[in-house]
Amino acid sequence: MFHESDVVLKANHIVKQFSAPGKKVLTACSDISLNVYKGKTLGIVGESGCGKSTLVRMLIQMDAPTSGEILCHGRDIVHLPEKEKRLNRQNMQMVFQDPLASFNPKMKIIDILTEPLMNFKRLKKSEKEEKAKELLGMVELSEDFLYRYPHSMSGGQRQRVGIARALSLEPEVLVCDEATSALDVSIQKTIIELLVKLQKEKDISIVFICHDIALIQAFAHQIAVMYLGHIVEVIPGEAVRTRAVHPYTQALLGSLFSIHMEQNCEIRSIEGEVPSPLDVLEGCPFQSRCSFCGSRCRTEKPKLREIRPGHQAACHRFG
Amino acid sequence: MLEIKDLTVRYGKQEPTVESFQLSMKKGEIVSIVGESGSGKTTVIRAVLGALPGSGYISAGEIYFQGEALTQKSGEEWRNLRGTRMSMIFQDCGGTLNPIRKIGKQYVEYICTHSRVTRPQAWNKAAEMLKKMRLADAENIMKSYPHQLSGGMRQRVGIAMAMTFQPQLLLADEPTSALDVTTQAQIVRQMMELRDRYETGIIIVTHNLGVAAYMADKLVVMQNGKVVDQGTRDEVMNHPVSDYTKSLLQAVPEMEGERFVS
Repeated sequence: MFHESDVVLKANHIVKQFSAPGKKVLTACSDISLNVYKGKTLGIVGESGCGKSTLVRMLIQMDAPTSGEILCHGRDIVHLPEKEKRLNRQNMQMVFQDPLASFNPKMKIIDILTEPLMNFKRLKKSEKEEKAKELLGMVELSEDFLYRYPHSMSGGQRQRVGIARALSLEPEVLVCDEATSALDVSIQKTIIELLVKLQKEKDISIVFICHDIALIQAFAHQIAVMYLGHIVEVIPGEAVRTRAVHPYTQALLGSLFSIHMEQNCEIRSIEGEVPSPLDVLEGCPFQSRCSFCGSRCRTEKPKLREIRPGHQAACHRFG
Repeated sequence: MLEIKDLTVRYGKQEPTVESFQLSMKKGEIVSIVGESGSGKTTVIRAVLGALPGSGYISAGEIYFQGEALTQKSGEEWRNLRGTRMSMIFQDCGGTLNPIRKIGKQYVEYICTHSRVTRPQAWNKAAEMLKKMRLADAENIMKSYPHQLSGGMRQRVGIAMAMTFQPQLLLADEPTSALDVTTQAQIVRQMMELRDRYETGIIIVTHNLGVAAYMADKLVVMQNGKVVDQGTRDEVMNHPVSDYTKSLLQAVPEMEGERFVS
């Protein structure tokens, strides 16, 4: 299913460190390698503070990694000259969690939708209205919205505009940062269906950040699970339910509340909380909450190893 | 224990935000109110607590709490109920704490306002409650400022404070929505334990149907201020009456649910 030749975006051993008060170093992302495949969805799950947002900020070059490289079709894009970097951004667009905050409240929908194209001089003023109508049609919104302001739309409608704006430049990679977590469940479902439909039509790659593993496994082709700045497991979407092996992935699955669950069914959640990323211990990042933690886990950091085709885990119990 | 009859709440001159809300609740029961944003679910429990914001008022209906009609009560009487016989926990309990005072001081002040105890007694009581919420290092937490604790710990402090006087009714407004999933599971489990230990009746308002279904004895589904489905957990989950509830149940992402891609 995943071929090396279909890799659109590749992260190679990227590390991002921030300096913190008291001469400490905060490692937000530690030695991360990932592939984004053409026309496929990569889901990134993890709890708050695990570094998933930092990771995608680096992928779309809003931040530069401390070390490591990011390749787009085999070309290093971290060290491009500023001018080319800007042009390259047309290829990667982003959808944000809160669409209202990412729109200028004083701009009408028609201007919001066409601004990216105008910025890169790919659209004439006279073609604006036609293009904006086309974009609205793409996300299944009525043309009536053209001359409205974002505040007069509902959350789901706004998120559709956000998606239309991001896709206006016809990017190869669409990055969604918690694009549905501010929405109600019924709206969330329609947005996911829209993304899946557009992906099939346009063969775009999607990177989707999410904290809900039940949601992401429903439409991601591969899923990367992050914990404390590390990728602990990469697994095909359809295999999460049956074949997830890492204790942290298991814990995420065990903490899910299902509407079909019996009340006497026990919630298998882990105790404790994520330790501070400022004083990371030696060894496995998950050691403090893992019930399988042994002496080797406290001294040696497990590497991400392939345990099945397309399935990698970083745990000493496997491989 | 709690009986809500035909409750209608309005804000100013607008259409009613909550219309003819009915609920009867026994001791130690857990009721979940679910609905999407703007459905009026928070307004219901705020009305029970007598803490409607701004221009909100109860325009019709009555709330009976242990046989007493709440709307007939004066502000003073209602205030005496709050914090002792009924109490509330919020989405972000950290936000209800004063950020520039240490937790212990605020907690002691809270206990001293509601009962006649000395400060050292109150301090011990507070530490004991925090320990019961499985906050290991209680003394240390009492000496911390709210921002020094994690979200899950702040939520536990909030629940500990709300449970200090073993209220008969605990109102919880989205108590786990701001938390990570693993922390959410811990908090849900602890709230169930509270019910078992103190026989506290809990009304939990949430948009997470999974959490609502897991905790509830009774479920209420709201849409646009009206109750569209109400009954025991089994009735609402397995035999919903309204189309809205059915569509809501279908939209919840599930591990066993449909996959959008192959």
